[in-house]
Amino acid sequence: MSTELSNVPILQLQSIEVVYEKVILAVKDVSLSVAANSIVALLGANGAGKSTTLKAISGLAAAQRGEVVRGRVLYQGDDITQANPAALVQGGLVQVLEGRHCFAHLGVEENLITGALIKRPTASVLKQQLERIYHYFPRLKKLRKNLAGYASGGEQQMVAIGRALMAEPKLVLLDEPSMGLAPLVVEEIFDIIGNLNQQQGVSFLLAEQNASIALKYAHHGYVIENGRVAAHGTTQELKARSDLQALYLGI
Amino acid sequence: MSFFFEVLLGGLLAGVMYSLIAIGFVLIYKASGVFNFAQGSMVLFAALTFVSLLERSVPFWGAFVFTLLIMLVLAWAIERFVLRQLVNRPPITLFMATLGLSYIIEGLAQAVWGAQVHGLDLGVSDEPFELGGMLLSQFDLFAAAVAGTLVVLLSLLFNKTRTGIALRAVADDQLAALAVGIRLHRLWLIVWAVAGVVGLVAGLLWGARLGVQFSLSLIVLKALPVLIIGGFTSIGGAIVGGLIIGASEKLAEVFIGPIIGGGIENWFPYVLAMLFLLVRPAGLFGERAIERV
Repeated sequence: MSTELSNVPILQLQSIEVVYEKVILAVKDVSLSVAANSIVALLGANGAGKSTTLKAISGLAAAQRGEVVRGRVLYQGDDITQANPAALVQGGLVQVLEGRHCFAHLGVEENLITGALIKRPTASVLKQQLERIYHYFPRLKKLRKNLAGYASGGEQQMVAIGRALMAEPKLVLLDEPSMGLAPLVVEEIFDIIGNLNQQQGVSFLLAEQNASIALKYAHHGYVIENGRVAAHGTTQELKARSDLQALYLGI
Repeated sequence: MSFFFEVLLGGLLAGVMYSLIAIGFVLIYKASGVFNFAQGSMVLFAALTFVSLLERSVPFWGAFVFTLLIMLVLAWAIERFVLRQLVNRPPITLFMATLGLSYIIEGLAQAVWGAQVHGLDLGVSDEPFELGGMLLSQFDLFAAAVAGTLVVLLSLLFNKTRTGIALRAVADDQLAALAVGIRLHRLWLIVWAVAGVVGLVAGLLWGARLGVQFSLSLIVLKALPVLIIGGFTSIGGAIVGGLIIGASEKLAEVFIGPIIGGGIENWFPYVLAMLFLLVRPAGLFGERAIERV
């Protein structure tokens, strides 16, 4: 990890409440903080509000008729509660959606290119970016001309993460990266996440149901239950709490 | 035999005119997954605006550029007041919106310019001329050349530019496109503007052939079989579909028509489209749903 840890967290949620379609209360009261250059895990059962929390941060909740009705989201100290996704991607905050959401009819490399479009890179910068992604995901280089729709689940997850990295983000919101993948592939993907964090200083906020793998790589963890933070602490602290283990962590 | 080829060639050239209409649909369908029912009204609106300007003695190119600008403003207004309100709604909602839109645009065009029939002369004569013993329409050749140019330009836009990649990405998955920072509104504006320009070109060619009048908006219906055969997502498919429809309806009219009493031309394309739906529902060049095994 880089030594110059700034004091301002890269991301702060101050008791946000998120409502869909004006009536469906998805997140009641979530506060959390992501320190710069760290990996933070967001744990909890299906439907606890993890995805909604991430979408509220990235501005995608608004596109699905959701709204942050209370609280604030701060990114590098700035209030981004009402910001649109394009502006946030431009500023270095990108979400990788649950279920990967690759552009199935585009090639793998074209998928990656879409991630960089917002930055309007020159042709040579774009090429460097692609090489950087292929360095971290060598498998993708072999597949670059293939349609993303025909790639395996693990490869699609790599495409989705690689695509997000093309915008040179400072913070990546990762929603269920392990979903539907074989354990070995999950290890491979988390290894890459760990490397990106250490070598490039990218921060990650990752929502996971697979608590054991998430806590293996994260520095901090938050447990969400029914739209509220039920517990939080460093990974060591969370692992040590026997009450949590049975209830939420499944370790 | 030469008569057969004459009919075939005439049909192919007429088919290009169908393709022109179909391309407008493909563009919007690709970028937003919506069958834009208002495309026909946009064709009518463009042609009516153009011809009314000509009649008020605006010079040809002045009228063309002005109509082009009007189509851009129309695209902007549609994006701003209709599409933007309906982000991430199901396709059927958007389809219904375009249905409503078609009435508004049609009504608007006729409220502003009146409902009478206008003649339109593009300065290309419709005299037939002889080529290798066959009579061909000069106007059809001109229309084919225009359509061909348009297709090449659009293919370049979609396959060789970054805007094209973004457009195809949006067509595939809107939420993911938003997540990577693609500005949806800007792309929709671009694609409706391009569809408006295609509508203008189609409107001028069809208007010159049929006269500029209300029924111009009904050529939408002729585009349907073209799209079903060629596939809703492929510009190349729209061209091939148009050619197949054009050629087959003329051949059917001339060679099958006398046997069963004529008038085949009007319904033959729909029967052909139905057969395609049974055998190949995605069309010849449409994107099939990707299924991993």
